[in-house]
Order: sequence, then structure tokens, then C-alpha cells
Amino acid sequence: MIDIAWSQFTPGTALAGGVLIGLAAASFLLLNGRIAGISGILGGLLTPTKFDIIWRVAFLAGIIGAPALWMLVGELPPIEINAGYPALIIAGLLVGIGTRYGSGCTSGHGVCGLSRLSLRSLAATLLFMGAGFATVFIARHLIGA
Amino acid sequence: MKYSLASLFAGLLFGFGLIVSGMANPEKVLGFLDLAGLWDPSLAFVMGGAILVGLVAFTFAKKRTLSFLGFNMKLPGNTHIDKRLVIGSLMFGIGWGIAGFCPGPGLVALGAGEIKAVVFVGSMVAGMMIYEMIERSRASSTN
Repeated sequence: MIDIAWSQFTPGTALAGGVLIGLAAASFLLLNGRIAGISGILGGLLTPTKFDIIWRVAFLAGIIGAPALWMLVGELPPIEINAGYPALIIAGLLVGIGTRYGSGCTSGHGVCGLSRLSLRSLAATLLFMGAGFATVFIARHLIGA
Repeated sequence: MKYSLASLFAGLLFGFGLIVSGMANPEKVLGFLDLAGLWDPSLAFVMGGAILVGLVAFTFAKKRTLSFLGFNMKLPGNTHIDKRLVIGSLMFGIGWGIAGFCPGPGLVALGAGEIKAVVFVGSMVAGMMIYEMIERSRASSTN
């Protein structure tokens, strides 16, 4: 039925990276009392309050600065972006509007929401994953075939 | 100050996690979303690892009213599965499937200096602005 791409499958680093992401969400939760939802942290900057701006920028600076810090020690794993510019623009607009309208993305609903056993986040995660599966199926096997 | 330092730390850790896991690479994410092709299950392991740690943290956090640094716990109270959640999540999923980017990996790839990630993140922020504009015009028309 499903053919596994054994040569691309990296369970060890995937699990290790996942644990790091979990620790990031856990530290943000336990230190600051908040959900580490990236679309919400970024989107909140568009309607900022005085206290809000600095910590939101600090969090985003951490994520954006991570690759630079990483490169001080080692080489970055490859980042392959095969989508063309029109596709990237459409994808960006959909992700921007969709995550705000649906109150979350892979981090807020996927990681944090499932961790706190929220049915609402489970519904969101099943919906965006389902839509992702369907979109790739259409793009790669119906249009791209 | 403490709040922002903790935010910076969490953001960095999140970024490292995305790099280590391989999820900063859209092609790897699309390998997971492509069930009918050669399927790369890695993303499920990333989610699994993160949720394993998250479950412990949230179980602990739910019993607290203040964080370790003394801030109020702000956990979402909305449990309603409404039209906004459904439509928004579907839109997000379609966008995710088109390019293989969700917000976090987009920001990491931006930080790695990828021009295409600049375009993606720019469009994503534009999308968030469009959302705010729609919300504002809706609020003013109902008032």
C-alpha cells in the first residue's frame, strides 16, 4: 500500500529534533505561561501592545537566529525549496490568512494543542494535515503526473 | 526582561529543533505529505517526540496558576470547533501542501538566508495583514 522512502527516513534525528521542539514549547509554557504558537506570536505583532512587542520579537529573533548560531559550530542540513515564486506567494498568503483565521499552525495546534489534549486542536491538526495530504496528491499525482 | 529572555531562549531552542529534525527543509515535509509517492514518515516522529515532552509539561502546567518566573498562565479557553477553525485550518493545510512550509520552518529558512523563504515569509505576513484588515472591517460594520 504505502511505500516507505527508507533512504530519506531519519527517525533518530526526527525524534531528537522533536524532543528539542517539545522542550522549547515546555520552557515557554513553564517560564512564561504561554503557548508557543508561532503563527500567533508573529501575527500578534501586527496589533501590538507595549508589553507585547519585545517578547514577541525576542522569540522570533531566536527562531530566525538559530541557523546563524548553528553555522558557528557546524554545517546546516540542506534546505531544498522546489516551489516556484508564484507558488510560494500563494502558499504564503494561504498560510498567513489560514493560521490566523484558524487560530494556530503546526506548533500551536499540532504540538501544543495535542500535548494539552485539546479536541479543538486535534480537529485543526487533522484538517490541516488532511488538506496538506490532498494538496500534495493533487499537485504531484494528478496535475504533475 | 526575564519574559523576553525566556522567549528568546524558547525561540532559539525551537529553531534548533526544526534544524535537527530536518523540518526546516520543505522537501522533507512534502515527503511526509506525499502518501501516494515514496513516503517519508519522519515528520510523525518529530510530532511524536515533541508531544511526548509536551504532555509532561502541560500536565504539570495545568495545575499551576503562575509560571516559574511568576507570570500568569495563559492557556487557551476556547474549546469550540467552529467554522473559523475549520476554514482556517483547511486554508493553512492547502498552503502548507503547496510549498512544504509552515510558519516555523519558513522563519528558520529565512534566517538561513534563503531568498525563496524571504518571499514565502513576506507573503505569509501579507496574508496575516489581510486577515487583520478583514477582521477590522467586519468589526466596524457590525458596530
